[in-house]
This record gives sequence, structure tokens and C-alpha cells, in this order.
Amino acid sequence: MANMLEVKGLQKSFGELDVLKDITFDVAQGEVVAVIGPSGSGKSTLLRCLTQLERADGGTVSVCGEPMLTAEGYRDTKTLHQIRLKTGLVFQNFNLFPHMSVLRNITEAPTVVLKTDKAQAQARAKELLKKMGLEAKADAYPCELSGGQQQRVSIARALALSPEILFFDEPTSALDPELTGEILAVIKELAAEGMTMVIVTHEMAFARDVADRVIFMEHGVIVEQGAPSQLFGDSASDRVKQFLARFNG
Amino acid sequence: MTSEEILHLLGLMLQYLMPTLKLFGATLLYAIPLGMVVALMKMCRFKPLSWLTNLYILIMRGTPLLLQIIVVYYSVPTIRSSASCPAGLRTLLERVELKGDAGDVYMFRMILLAFVLNYAAYFAEIFRGGIESIPKGQYEAAAMLGFTRLQTFFRIILPQVVKRVIPASSNEVITLVKDTSLAYAMGYMEIMYIAKKQMTTFSSLTPLFLAGAFYFVMATVLTMLFGLAEKKLDYYK
Repeated sequence: MANMLEVKGLQKSFGELDVLKDITFDVAQGEVVAVIGPSGSGKSTLLRCLTQLERADGGTVSVCGEPMLTAEGYRDTKTLHQIRLKTGLVFQNFNLFPHMSVLRNITEAPTVVLKTDKAQAQARAKELLKKMGLEAKADAYPCELSGGQQQRVSIARALALSPEILFFDEPTSALDPELTGEILAVIKELAAEGMTMVIVTHEMAFARDVADRVIFMEHGVIVEQGAPSQLFGDSASDRVKQFLARFNG
Repeated sequence: MTSEEILHLLGLMLQYLMPTLKLFGATLLYAIPLGMVVALMKMCRFKPLSWLTNLYILIMRGTPLLLQIIVVYYSVPTIRSSASCPAGLRTLLERVELKGDAGDVYMFRMILLAFVLNYAAYFAEIFRGGIESIPKGQYEAAAMLGFTRLQTFFRIILPQVVKRVIPASSNEVITLVKDTSLAYAMGYMEIMYIAKKQMTTFSSLTPLFLAGAFYFVMATVLTMLFGLAEKKLDYYK
């Protein structure tokens, strides 16, 4: 299978602080990768570098076979824009547009950025909302929805651009445990459909049950990566064992 | 004053309402867009521009509007007639400074210029506060969806800024309607001008109270309009 993401020697520092040191990993098409690790390990920064929200300081990144960051630096603006449209990001705190209805939150980018016909974009948005179990909320405003519903809208919004790889930045951290389940169910469904996903999460059970591969990060490096059964079962790393001890019980 | 005199006076003052509204409307028409530009200039990453803009705002907010009106009004004739004025500038100023029948046009333009420069500074600070209050996540979400910077500003940020700046802007606009009375100092014939004149004619305070009533009604109407606007934008938080 083709690699949807190829990351080699990725580096990022904020001033003196090296947040990412030599990160290397690939993600195959249809693979679901969970990134776990303690706070401050660089997980979110990694995601932000892969989605161009932060500029990395070194290394190379290819997205969907298209080099994004090469040894010579970042590609031109136009190419970066094209790459970005192939990637979606679901934020921890949703970041829905509060002044737009749910439907318009989803149709705005397709109609404005991709110049999709309005009726077509709306039909697609309704389809996505149905999939998220939110067909009745098309005309509601984000402030009228629960956190879990808002997050599902934001997933629909990302999907409306038909991304080839979807990133999640702690998608359930702002939700109470009851609502967390809704989001995890949606992600499971996407995984079953073959969506390539990279999920930064604190939900260990979720990482274990849904991910094809788990990456454990700490201090800006990948300590270990492998199948969930490997990390959760018998990790080679004492640090990983220790981190997961509380969860494994 | 008899009630007939008061009625006559009211009719007279209504004729002078138009110049007041003209100055008010024209100031808003120019000061609001200019205020947005000034706000963006102040937030500009090119520091010298940001500092220069800040200096402009400091001066406009730190000195009286009346003084600014007088300075703007007299700057053209004073600079033009100064011995050290370069010929090119002099020609330009001579074209700006209209005389005779067009003197009123010159007066209105100069007063308007002072009002616009002053109010743009206040609006700029309100708009800047509004723009900076929009969470970073809105920009990031827009970027991830492929919106350009301009699309992000006009479709995502600005509509939210409008809602947030309405309460503060309503204060400015209501102050402006009363501030138009300062134009009286330059001889601009608006409500304050006729009220003062009639006060002398009738040796009565009534014209002043009537003028006050005009401003009061305008301010109240504006308050209600802004209340409606706030309500209309209340559909989201």
C-alpha cells in the first residue's frame, strides 16, 4: 500500500526548546495511527507541523506522495495549498464558525475554496450530517449544540473537502466522558471505511481498540511504535510500560 | 416665548438639522472604513508602520477635537501663505482652499476631514480590540479548510468582529451626533448655530433647550437602532 504520510527526521524548536527531535514515521493508506504520550511530549506540535499550522525547522515530509517539506525547504505556496486540501484537521475545541449555521459551516469551504456548486455542496453536507446523526441540526448554530455534536459537525466540515488523510488533535479532550463515546464511534466508522487517520489522543482504550499502530512520544522523540497489542501488551520500553501501567491496571 | 414663536423656531431648526445630519453621516461614511484600515495598519507586522499608526492614534485621542478642527481649517491658508511654502504645495493648497461662494464647501470639507481623522482613530481602537478578541483557532480552522487570508478575514473574522464591536461603536456614534455641534465654532450652520443665534434674538434659553431636544431625539433613535442591531446579531454567541 502507498504511504499517505512519510516523515523523516522532522525537527521543530521554539527558541531554545527542542520540541521535536528527529521524528521519523510513515502512515500507510487506510491506516489508523494513534499518537500517545505525556503532556508536553510534542504530540500536538507534530500534528501542527504535519498540517502546516507550524513550520518545521528540519527534516522532510511527504503527504499523499507529494513532497511538502524537502531538504531544500518548504514547497511553493501553491503546492502547499494543494497539499493542505488533501489533509483535514479536527481540533480539540472544534473551532466551528459561530456566526454560520451548521450547514454553512460545512458548505462554506467547498463553495468558496473548491468553487463547488452550492446545491451540490449542500447535498453533500446533508449527507455528511446524516452520517454524523445530525441531520436535524443543519439549521442550528454551533452555540446551540452540545460539545459532542459540535465536534461531529467539525468532523463533517473537514470531510466535506474529501481529504485523503485526516488528523485529530485530542478530539475528545474538551468533552465529558459521556460525549467522548459519540466521537469515538464516528472515528471507528471512518476507520472501517478505510480513512487514513492520525489521532493524537489521551484515550488509551481508544488507541488500543481502533488504532492499527500506536506511536508513543516523549520529549520530542518517538520512544516506541508498533501494534497496540505490542505496546499495551509487552512493551520493550520501561517508560512505555510505566506510562501505560495505570491504564493496564 | 409664545407657542407660535416656538413652533416657528422648531420649523427653522428643522432646516438646520440637515447640515448636522450631513456632517454626522459623512463622518461615519469615511471614518468607519478608514478606522478599519488604521486598525489593520496598527496590527501590521511591519513595525515602523505600526508605530506611526500608533502615534497618529495617540495624537487624535490625546488632543481635543475642537482644536483639531481649528488646526485643519486654518492649516491650508496658513501654510499656503507662509514664505517657506514650496511652489508645488502652494499650487495644490490654492486648489484646495475654495473661496467666495465655494467657501462653505471648503469649510465643510475641512471640518469633515478633522472629524474623520479623529473618529477613525477611535474606531480603529475599537476594531483592533474586536479583531484581536477573535480566537486564534478561527484562523487555524479557516487555514485548514484552504481559505486565503482575504477570504478568512472577510468571511470568518469580520462578521464576528462586527458583532463584538457594536456596543463600543454605539457609544462612539452617539458621541459623534453630539460632537457635530463643535462645527459651530467654525461658523458651520447647523442646529447649534441657529440655536445660539435665536437665543440672542429672543433673549431666551428656549432655543437652546430645543436644540438639546434635537440631539436627545437623535441620540435616542441611535440607541434604539443599535439595540435592534445587537438583537439581530444575537442568534449566535
